Amino acid sequence: MIKVTNLTKKFGSNISLDNVSCEFKKNESIALMGANGAGKTTLVRSIMGYYHPTGGEVLINGLNPIKNRLDVLEHISFVPQLPPPIKLSINELIEYISVSAKVDKNLMKHYANEMKLDINSNLHKSFFKLSGGMKQKLLIAISLAKKSNVIIYDEPTANLDPKARDDFYRLLKQNEEDKVLLFVTHRLEEVKDLVNRQIYMDLGKIVSDERF
Amino acid sequence: MKNLLLIAYLDLKESIRAKWFVVYSLVFGGLIALFFIAGVTESQVMGFSGLSRLLLMYIQITIVILPIFILVTTVRSISGDRDSHVLEYMLSFPISLKQYYWGKVIGRFVTVFLPVFFAMVIAVIYGAVKGAAIPWDIFFLYTGLLFAMSSAFLGIAFFISSFVKSSEVALGLSFFIWIFLLAFIDIALISLMMQERMSSGLIIFISLINPMEIFRVAAISLFDPELTVMGPVAFYILDSMSQTVFVLVSIFYPLFLGLIFAFLGYKIFEKKDLV
Repeated sequence: MIKVTNLTKKFGSNISLDNVSCEFKKNESIALMGANGAGKTTLVRSIMGYYHPTGGEVLINGLNPIKNRLDVLEHISFVPQLPPPIKLSINELIEYISVSAKVDKNLMKHYANEMKLDINSNLHKSFFKLSGGMKQKLLIAISLAKKSNVIIYDEPTANLDPKARDDFYRLLKQNEEDKVLLFVTHRLEEVKDLVNRQIYMDLGKIVSDERF
Repeated sequence: MKNLLLIAYLDLKESIRAKWFVVYSLVFGGLIALFFIAGVTESQVMGFSGLSRLLLMYIQITIVILPIFILVTTVRSISGDRDSHVLEYMLSFPISLKQYYWGKVIGRFVTVFLPVFFAMVIAVIYGAVKGAAIPWDIFFLYTGLLFAMSSAFLGIAFFISSFVKSSEVALGLSFFIWIFLLAFIDIALISLMMQERMSSGLIIFISLINPMEIFRVAAISLFDPELTVMGPVAFYILDSMSQTVFVLVSIFYPLFLGLIFAFLGYKIFEKKDLV
């Protein structure tokens, strides 16, 4: 599904990814780990097509994420580590996603309810005015409603209370079939029950890759 | 097309809710209100009176403040979204870069142009209610000039926004461009003219490729077709082209300039790392 071949990404003289090769297949749940500056975020951003590689290539279902942006992103859900300060109201954000990614609005509301987020009473509130946990819950609900083949979570539980984490794990278990789940995390114990592969990065390289 | 209009619509809604938009609208609306309170329409200076006098003053002030307002509020449009990681999330959905960028341009254009335009409309309506004669020709030509100047600075702002990494640098660049076009370039050209190092024609040409300068001269030419207040420079301009052609150039040149800059900005946005 995702094939990374000899991927190198430099920012000036700083090498963020150094000749990285890996492959993520259907039904794999991967914990992508490593210290700060190891290259995890750069790898994720390269997969999403945000970065132009200095060398090598990334293919998602055989497609280049920069040249075939729309086709590739149709199959990817992404939740960032920190919810961005989007000034749109929740209603407008849902409208944006519904039109651009053809995601069913009711499904987004359904998953928001499953995450115990009362979306209807907050529809006209700006997204950035929600609490950290509420924002994260909404982004998780959107990622699940999108029904993508590839779901990328960057520290998804950072803002969630224990109850919300349980809801998140439960929903993820129900939706993991035939997908690639990629978790960028510092704490393996948080996603241990969900993952079947662990990749450790350091200084822009993959230093260990274990399946279990 | 649907996505383009969606982005434009959402950007427009977001801008209208922003505090800067309230200040922006109050400044231009307040200017017109101030002119009426100060009795500008009743005064007569250099032969201009009534609404013509008011519009002349409005346009002179607009030349100074509109570009900086557009630059400061727009220059952070993409660079600010990039800075705050909003771009990273919004572009994780299948929306083309073309639709995202041009949608933002359209949304922002409507936001910056409408308050300036409506302030003029309010002036005309209020003037009509007070029984003043409405100078329609000047009103329509000013609308064209404001449209063109808004386009020019919006294009420049999006161009800066596309390559600058942080909002602070974008703001700094905006101030530099504004003061450069407003004053520095004129001071430099005046000193060159005094030293007679370059031909006067070339100096006037350089001066007129400045969108602020061409807007200023075109605005004057609407009241003073012979450009007598400008002295000998008027001969250079009006010997090269008629007043009608000059006004048309004053509208289409900044419009074209804005489109070129916006297009260059898009090319950079497309080719660079997005976040």
